[in-house]
Amino acid sequence: MAEEDGVRRRDFINIAAVSAAGVAGVGVVIPLVSQMSASADVLAASSSEVDISAIKPGQAIKAVFRKQPVFVRNLTPKEIAEANAVPLSSLRDPQTLQERTKEGKENWLITMGVCTHLGCVPLGAGEGENRGEFGGYFCPCHGSVYDTAARIRKGPAPKNLEVPEYEFTSDTVVKIG
Amino acid sequence: MARILSILVGLFFTVALAWSFGKGAYTQITEPAAPTAEAKFHLVPKEVHFASDGAFGKFDRQQLQRGFQVYKEVCSACHSLKHVAFRDLAQLGYSEAEVKAIAAGFTVPGTDPNTGEANTRPGTPTDYFPSPFANDIAARAANNNAVPPDLSLITKARHEGPAYVYSLLTGYTEQPTALVKEFPDAKTPNGLHYNPYFANLNLAMPAPLTSEGQVSYGDGTKATVDQMAQDVSAFLIWTAEPKLEKRKQTGWTVLGFLLFATILGYMSYRNIWAGKKH
Amino acid sequence: MSFPWAKQYTPSHPFMKWMDEKLPVPRLIYNAVGSGYEVPRNLNYFWNFGFLAGLCLVLQIVTGIVMAMHYAANTGVAFDTIEMTVRDVNWGWLFRYAHANGASAFFVVIYIHIFRGFYYGSYKAPREMVWLLGVVIFLLMMATAFMGYVLPWGQMSFWGAKVITGLFSAIPLVGEPLQQWLLGGFAPDNAALNRFFSLHYLLPFVILGVVILHIWALHIPGSSNPTGVEVKSESDTVPFYPYYIAKDGWAIGVFAILFAAAVFFFPNALGHPDNYIPANPMSTPAHIVPEWYFWPFYAILRSFTQDFFFIPAKLMGVLAMFGAILVWFFLPWLDKSPVRSGSYRPMYKKFFWFGLIPAMAVLFYCGGAPAVEPYVMISQIAAFYYFAHFLIVLPVVSAIEKPLPLPYSITEAVLGKDEGAELAPAA
Repeated sequence: MAEEDGVRRRDFINIAAVSAAGVAGVGVVIPLVSQMSASADVLAASSSEVDISAIKPGQAIKAVFRKQPVFVRNLTPKEIAEANAVPLSSLRDPQTLQERTKEGKENWLITMGVCTHLGCVPLGAGEGENRGEFGGYFCPCHGSVYDTAARIRKGPAPKNLEVPEYEFTSDTVVKIG
Repeated sequence: MARILSILVGLFFTVALAWSFGKGAYTQITEPAAPTAEAKFHLVPKEVHFASDGAFGKFDRQQLQRGFQVYKEVCSACHSLKHVAFRDLAQLGYSEAEVKAIAAGFTVPGTDPNTGEANTRPGTPTDYFPSPFANDIAARAANNNAVPPDLSLITKARHEGPAYVYSLLTGYTEQPTALVKEFPDAKTPNGLHYNPYFANLNLAMPAPLTSEGQVSYGDGTKATVDQMAQDVSAFLIWTAEPKLEKRKQTGWTVLGFLLFATILGYMSYRNIWAGKKH
Repeated sequence: MSFPWAKQYTPSHPFMKWMDEKLPVPRLIYNAVGSGYEVPRNLNYFWNFGFLAGLCLVLQIVTGIVMAMHYAANTGVAFDTIEMTVRDVNWGWLFRYAHANGASAFFVVIYIHIFRGFYYGSYKAPREMVWLLGVVIFLLMMATAFMGYVLPWGQMSFWGAKVITGLFSAIPLVGEPLQQWLLGGFAPDNAALNRFFSLHYLLPFVILGVVILHIWALHIPGSSNPTGVEVKSESDTVPFYPYYIAKDGWAIGVFAILFAAAVFFFPNALGHPDNYIPANPMSTPAHIVPEWYFWPFYAILRSFTQDFFFIPAKLMGVLAMFGAILVWFFLPWLDKSPVRSGSYRPMYKKFFWFGLIPAMAVLFYCGGAPAVEPYVMISQIAAFYYFAHFLIVLPVVSAIEKPLPLPYSITEAVLGKDEGAELAPAA
């Protein structure tokens, strides 16, 4: 019996040693994986301030936030009315224009300029660009069409254009992020 | 044959060395190297201790904040700190709002969004400490033909860096008369300043910390020259190695685990070889 | 080759059988570092360093790939990208310090591995090819380490690149064009930095390839051992797995403890402060030295201070520096003694311990010291012995030495007797 106990104890030590090596291996993998995620300088990428005083109704500009475009659009009353006329139930990603803008500033539609399909920049923010059949944005890569509230209406994109966090620091300046 | 060849090659190298040695020794005897002022008067850095020293060392954040104040009010007039961003100051214990205020107190280069022309703007936390000079030529022109080095890495870029910085800051003296007597050519040139802790004894920077209370500390610490020098050295240890604490902490965890695993490995090794003479 | 008594790989699981027919990698592993590789039972701890060297290569490749993910080979930003890696990348400081100290660890291990070979005569027949490939690996390592040291583009990087490529300018006629070709310019700049980065990434994989050849060549005669007596029977060996896996395993633990101590508590001890100053082509640091692992050869380079007949001192130094390593290639033919192990060679042993080792130690020390007296004269004496040792002492000693009686076999050396010995004719 004592002999058998001895054998079992020896096996136990060998298994423990191999397990410790395994733990060490996992310990090495953690920094190896983690080093590839965004570094501190990238995460600290500051908020962007945008001067909107020059944007006339019906016009839009492209600003930059986290190395990606942001569309800042001054909606016309007609565009607002068009957006509000759409029944929510008909939408793929149901949201009202009110939910997508700040109170009292419903004409300011601020969204990421990144198609929710696969990340292309939709057309429609630049002067004279194709705004698609719903008068909002049109992504030429795979034909996603957004309406005047930048909601997905047609094409492969699953979601509305994302509304980033932002605030009006004054009537003419928006701070994004 | 191979043996003779190899001995011949061996003789070639060894005789050439003997020749070099002989001539070198002859010169050494006939013209011994003259002593230099540097060899005789240069001093190794003073003994000084910091909270971050040693295997368990941690930063004294209060001291780092004081050191930062010295950098900001004294050193930053000439020395950049280009690898450090304002956001990093949060590690010294400043709040987000304080970091923002500190950053806004610095002017950094910018671009006019309408005209595209270069201009300046107040700093934001993501900006790095701005350089006091536009470029090396401007720095040289403003500083008696010497470029003030960037301080971000200075405590790692000098032998015994922290002690060196401290010693240099507190080491300015009159040039010893014995030095001038022995080496008349080594008299401190005009516009340079004697400091025995500097490699060639004379440097372009005048003593930056000269009087008690030059900086008024918010925490009530008495701002003696020695205190300010220590504080700014401590701050520059941090700028050079902001991950120092994490490195040492991780080190203990890793060493502890490795010790455990190695003992297990040794026991396992003894097990496996048990009864096998070798 | 494997010994007739080596275990045969016999897969039992149907999948392993299927695998063995299609791509017999498990069989390869089994025969290379598994139960199928029979190893002398009497290896001492100096034989762990081969395995450790392999581990260091893997460590350097892994940490190096990580560093390359954050590095940019451009003189304008190279220094800054490394600082950014250390400061902002998650665990970036760990990878940087592990990679920088990993190079040192690799060389510590490899020097011990090489000197093990010197003492125990591991370079002798039938293992000449193992030795030659080993010297090739060492040369590749030196090239890789040198180019890696240039990448941070600090003061030592820049001046190292300038001085080392300057060595080639000593070659008559083609020297200067050759240096320009190596640098892609008149001085180290973007062109040089980019090609060094490219090659620094490539060479470790070349090293890996030569390491595979090195192990392959080793496994034909099998490992040597401290007695230098070849394996004769089954009782002389044990299978690599589990015996030497266990021994190497715990040796890795000891190595890892020392390495971790350096990385976490003294990460800059082996580096030079000047490399934390960005490269400045207008000003040379007061005291330039290469990394510590080049010091012996650097000391030899600096020992040749006088023109020798029609050979300029500069060329002489360069010839000697390269010669000091190239002479290792000829070792199997310089040392003709039929006895391998230094333990049974009384005269050789004295020259090894009281000649080669002190000379090497002195060269290490002087190579790191400034190029002033007395260091130059001391290194001249040590370099004198270094060349004399390999080119004069070894051939002469192996001719006149009377070796001690060898044990009949490894078994006899370990157990005091070997039944096989009684049947064998007297030696």
